[in-house]
Amino acid sequence: MARIEVQHRQFFMSTEQTTPDTTCLPADFDHRPRLRLASSRPMPLDCGAQLSDFPVAYRTFGQLNADKSNAILICHALTGDQYVIGRNPMTGKPGWWEIAVGPGRPIDTDRFYIICANVLGGCMGTAGPCEPDPATNQPYGVNFPVITIADMVRAQKLLIEHLGISQLFAVIGGSMGGMQVLEWASTYPDSVFAAVPLAAAPRHSAQNIAFGEVGRQAIMADPDWCGGDYLRQGKRPERGLAVARMAAHITYLSETALQRKFGRNLQDRAGFTYGFGADFQVESYLRYQGNAFVERFDANSYLYITRAMDYFDLAREHGGVLARAFLHGGRPTPVRFCVISFSSDWLFPTAVSREIVHSLNAVAANVSFVEVTTDKGHDAFLLDEPELHQVLSGFLDGCATHRGLPRRRRGLK
Amino acid sequence: MSFPNDDTPADHHDDRPTPQPPIRADLASIADMVAPGSRVLDVGCGDGALLAHLVHTKGVDGRGIELSMDGVKFCVNHGLSVIQGDADTDLKDYPSSAFDYVILSQTLQAMRKPREVLLDLLRIGKHAVISLPNFGHWRIRVRLLFMGQMPITQRLGHQWWNTPNIHLCTITDFVGLCHELGITIEDTVILDRFDRVRGHGFDGFANLIAEQAVFLLRRG
Repeated sequence: MARIEVQHRQFFMSTEQTTPDTTCLPADFDHRPRLRLASSRPMPLDCGAQLSDFPVAYRTFGQLNADKSNAILICHALTGDQYVIGRNPMTGKPGWWEIAVGPGRPIDTDRFYIICANVLGGCMGTAGPCEPDPATNQPYGVNFPVITIADMVRAQKLLIEHLGISQLFAVIGGSMGGMQVLEWASTYPDSVFAAVPLAAAPRHSAQNIAFGEVGRQAIMADPDWCGGDYLRQGKRPERGLAVARMAAHITYLSETALQRKFGRNLQDRAGFTYGFGADFQVESYLRYQGNAFVERFDANSYLYITRAMDYFDLAREHGGVLARAFLHGGRPTPVRFCVISFSSDWLFPTAVSREIVHSLNAVAANVSFVEVTTDKGHDAFLLDEPELHQVLSGFLDGCATHRGLPRRRRGLK
Repeated sequence: MSFPNDDTPADHHDDRPTPQPPIRADLASIADMVAPGSRVLDVGCGDGALLAHLVHTKGVDGRGIELSMDGVKFCVNHGLSVIQGDADTDLKDYPSSAFDYVILSQTLQAMRKPREVLLDLLRIGKHAVISLPNFGHWRIRVRLLFMGQMPITQRLGHQWWNTPNIHLCTITDFVGLCHELGITIEDTVILDRFDRVRGHGFDGFANLIAEQAVFLLRRG
């Protein structure tokens, strides 16, 4: 199977898949814990379809306290998963947010019970295009109903109810996770004590949709996509998915960070080859990112989830006025917000976070807002940003006091 | 300012009520005007000293707006609800009568449009609490009269060319604006240069001895 060529030997991984898949996960993949939700009553979707008796794969960390008041739901981003901390069985690597979550970390597993579920439409065990359609017992492919951010949150709400939690202490997430946070706080204000949207937006902009479309077109232009039926035909549109990831990855970084990291440096060569190999380090890096991504992600899931982000427009759900999303029975939302943006994020820039803040102010909601100064772009929320972690820790601590939960110990990790 | 929970021993969770450090006398005068348990917006809350004091000792539902991101981060790190924003432009977002008190401490004179800000404060809050440096203090008058120079005092420490205080006024001037806008002054506290309370109420003598004044205002 043709892959995007990586010339840096260190980056090259020979993991070509030759056996046909019937799902996008390895046969021996351990889904546990995985629940089947909406077994007695189907869950309606925004598109008009409904899902019943569908799987949701999730992980929990820490201990739920006696009155079930210390639960934090972490909402993962587009290409994230439920393996927030600990070894990810798909990649063999540590979790994606080890830096912020764990004992003594800002999201402290010594004090909080952390829940993270694979989103609806995902490819890590929750219902999505690579899971079998009960009607045919074959992967859904593009017959899976188109889902929205609100649908993802509905499924998470069912999970939380199943766990017997009536109010989450906090819902936290970055990027698409931040969209879910906003949706949670807006739709279920009584079930959320505090909300932390990081590097988030109340809608996808034209530019965001445009980048999403480039990614989708790259996937669909790959002959191995097979009209979405590649799993049944034993193929994978790896080239298309890798290009989609490469384009998207550029949007997660800043120009400054790219320049600092790579500049115009050449990749293992003294001069230009006057060809189309990866002469530049930045090319090699992007190729590596693209190829590493196809090892762990399903192309149809990528289509569905980027589409869900495109459809997200919180103001539209409330008569075109974003502030109305934060009214609860005519009163300001009781949810305490901490909106955090990153100065070099041009995908979901500070201006859109400020728009969320202005709308929260317009209903006199309880909101904190910080722009973290960094040159690391949109992905900064995942990285070692001490300012972010101090703010996160301080905000959660203040909320814990109001909620009657223990404060943090001195000496933040 | 220091926050007591920074000194919590490392070996146990701290859920004791936190003792509060004493706050500056002028901030204490403002705090005295705020009823316990009320909803408070502190505009230009700086490092959050007053807001923290009000939240912890008076149980207010307190929020802050601060222009400097360092101030905002310090506040949020210590559990206060503060946003980064500019009072000159961001007050318009807030709905009318959303707060019982809106506080503007030592900031009105730095606003581009102090008259509009004052009106907005009393639209958002049922009360406004405003503290101001008094340009009518006798030392300022003496310096201008005998030295012919813009006065520099402890409270107004900038040179004329770098001062953020672009709309300085005397207590008499401010009281005049309140009358013109139909604002009721419910209380005035006069503070001397050592931040000592020298009395309540306003007269010509107060305008001479006050380095700053704190006003409790109400609409109509």
